[in-house]
Amino acid sequence: MKALVYVTLKPSVLDPQGKAIHHSVESLGYKNINDIRQGKFFEIALDPSVSEADARDAVERIAKDVLANPVIEDYRVEISQ
Amino acid sequence: MKFGVVVFPGSNCDHDAYHVVSKHVGQPVDFIWHKETDLSGFDAIIIPGGFSYGDYLRAGALARFSPVMESVKRFAADGGFVFGICNGFQILCESGLLPGALRRNAGLHFVCKHVNLRVENSNMPFTTEVEHDKVLSIPIAHAEGNYTCDDETYNSLEENGQIIFRYCDEDGEVTDESNPNGARSNIAGISNLNRNVLGMMPHPERACEELLGSNDGRDIFRSLTKAIELRQAA
Repeated sequence: MKALVYVTLKPSVLDPQGKAIHHSVESLGYKNINDIRQGKFFEIALDPSVSEADARDAVERIAKDVLANPVIEDYRVEISQ
Repeated sequence: MKFGVVVFPGSNCDHDAYHVVSKHVGQPVDFIWHKETDLSGFDAIIIPGGFSYGDYLRAGALARFSPVMESVKRFAADGGFVFGICNGFQILCESGLLPGALRRNAGLHFVCKHVNLRVENSNMPFTTEVEHDKVLSIPIAHAEGNYTCDDETYNSLEENGQIIFRYCDEDGEVTDESNPNGARSNIAGISNLNRNVLGMMPHPERACEELLGSNDGRDIFRSLTKAIELRQAA
């Protein structure tokens, strides 16, 4: 079983890296891009014996306590078989 | 009186802090490896600058889980002085010992230069020895020093006098131009509510010798030493 965790800056937090990437993309000639925000992506491999509910529970806690800084970041967890 | 300097894998200002405490503050000082947990006998703990754990994940995020940090939390809760400089400030924020977070500099650059600092609260253990209205010249060297927090946190910092240093110009005026990293309201350093934990992005340990361009950093270390002396006399 795999857990996928997406960590993104809260919408209220300015993302200067995303902005710089946006400028670069625009300089390539792409005109209809309104915004780019940069985030982090984690793949977590779990033992197959773990139930999906337990896996979600554990990974939610890992995301909150380690992977994201809740002061500035949000996170989203997906479980895939 | 004894100072301790915590050493994480990747700390690189630990020797500077040690040097300043032993040579300029003139007090005993020991390194504390991050796996140690016994902080008995120390009066102040310095969390030095550098790149603990290579800044992996977020600056300071992994150092927070080193065994020594649980002891540092207890030490701070018992009123011990904890001084986080640069990466040390980031670690204190990640640990929850100080509110807010330090993000990538607004200009994305690593900024390494002398900045001017205004002391916003001179009635706390780390600033009592700074002359009134003196603008401190102290270097910064960081890529993630952009202090941020929500409005509620900011208002409580302001109301409780926990904003200790702001970036300013050489006349002490807090201006946008003097803000090197986009930090909210030019914040360069804050303390906890009890005033025994201080975190700041500038490096006072790099400003203790005329040869290095400034010795204004000594004012901060002198203040801390005095605070420890007062406590011991009480």
